[in-house]
Amino acid sequence: MKTAHLMACHECDLLHRLEEVPPGAAAHCVRCGALLHRPKTDSINRTLALAMTGLVLYLVANTHPFLGFQIGAQTRETILVTGIQQLYQQDMKIIATLVLLTVVIVPAVHLGCMLYMLLPLQARRVPRHLARVLRLVVFLKPWGMMEVFLLGILVSIVKLVKMATIIPGIALYAFLGLIFVLAAMSVTLDEHLVWEQIEERQ
Amino acid sequence: MTAPTQTARQRGLVSCHRCHRLTRRRETPADCPRCGAALHSRKPNSLARAWALVLAAFVFYIPANVLPVTHTTSLGAVQSDTIMSGVIYFIHSGSWPIALVIFIASVFVPLLKLLILAYLLMSIQRRWQWRPVDRTRLYRLTEVIGRWSMLDIYVITILVALVHLGALATIEAGPGAVFFAGVVVVTMLAAEAFDPRLIWDNMETGNDRTN
Repeated sequence: MKTAHLMACHECDLLHRLEEVPPGAAAHCVRCGALLHRPKTDSINRTLALAMTGLVLYLVANTHPFLGFQIGAQTRETILVTGIQQLYQQDMKIIATLVLLTVVIVPAVHLGCMLYMLLPLQARRVPRHLARVLRLVVFLKPWGMMEVFLLGILVSIVKLVKMATIIPGIALYAFLGLIFVLAAMSVTLDEHLVWEQIEERQ
Repeated sequence: MTAPTQTARQRGLVSCHRCHRLTRRRETPADCPRCGAALHSRKPNSLARAWALVLAAFVFYIPANVLPVTHTTSLGAVQSDTIMSGVIYFIHSGSWPIALVIFIASVFVPLLKLLILAYLLMSIQRRWQWRPVDRTRLYRLTEVIGRWSMLDIYVITILVALVHLGALATIEAGPGAVFFAGVVVVTMLAAEAFDPRLIWDNMETGNDRTN
């Protein structure tokens, strides 16, 4: 187990001999200050609970009315992907794809991967291709941008509020909840713990 | 705090980029035994890739700001807006906090990020020894702020979805939006290609430049 405690900082490559970090504490690199390890309490159970909540919110956010727009007698109802469809029809396929990836597909893959990993792990089994799935989660992390989309909604509402009435739909609230769930999930997941599980099975 | 002595590379070890497991360095290319990612002591061709992406983003940044990002058709009249004209609209209509948010996210952040990355790349090539901790912090900043530049793309997406009322009012995306999306994606890739360990390698080889 000696080498397991030897660790290099991922930002400056300095070697550290890492002692057991107590819960609630965090280990930082002594040279550049990067976060080395922060153990999480009850990581797998909590993350799994959040992932299940996230799945429900995700389904609601993508199927139910998102925003409504009313000028006089004219009303327009939209769902989350309406704008993406419109952009696609306007031949803005690159932007449509980018928005689809960052707001719809990446969160779905993220939630799917979490459930795939954590349901078996919670039952003390290791799913197939666990390493590959976790690597995908780490890789995709910067490309999920739902919180930026939320700021976009706020700006759009301010922009349109003088010319029309904006009606928030149920999907908007689900979307809001999902942002918090995804953020909480990245706090409760102890990647280190999962990597160790993988190592033990090898 | 006493300066610790060795890096993984000096000890002949490689830290996996994805799962951070330490492995003994070999001559031939190898994969991480734990997670299967390709092992590199430093990101391969980091400087060249990061420079190429930073320069590409600078090029995209110009049409992104000059070309219109939206065309608004209202009762037959078409109005084209660039990012700056959107900001100015908000200032005139009194919503200066929103104007500030858009200006920071769309104009200021991408430029700041590109300048920081260009500065960091230059500091590595010129082997500057100046304040490595602060330069590492600057790098972390670019990783965090880059995503927020997607704001304008999302605003366009939402406006296009909502304002689609036939002859009364319709909003379409303009060509500037494509370049703008390009700036955001390319700068994010540039930050990913950059290896902050290179900042520290210069500190260690400072006395011994034969390496």
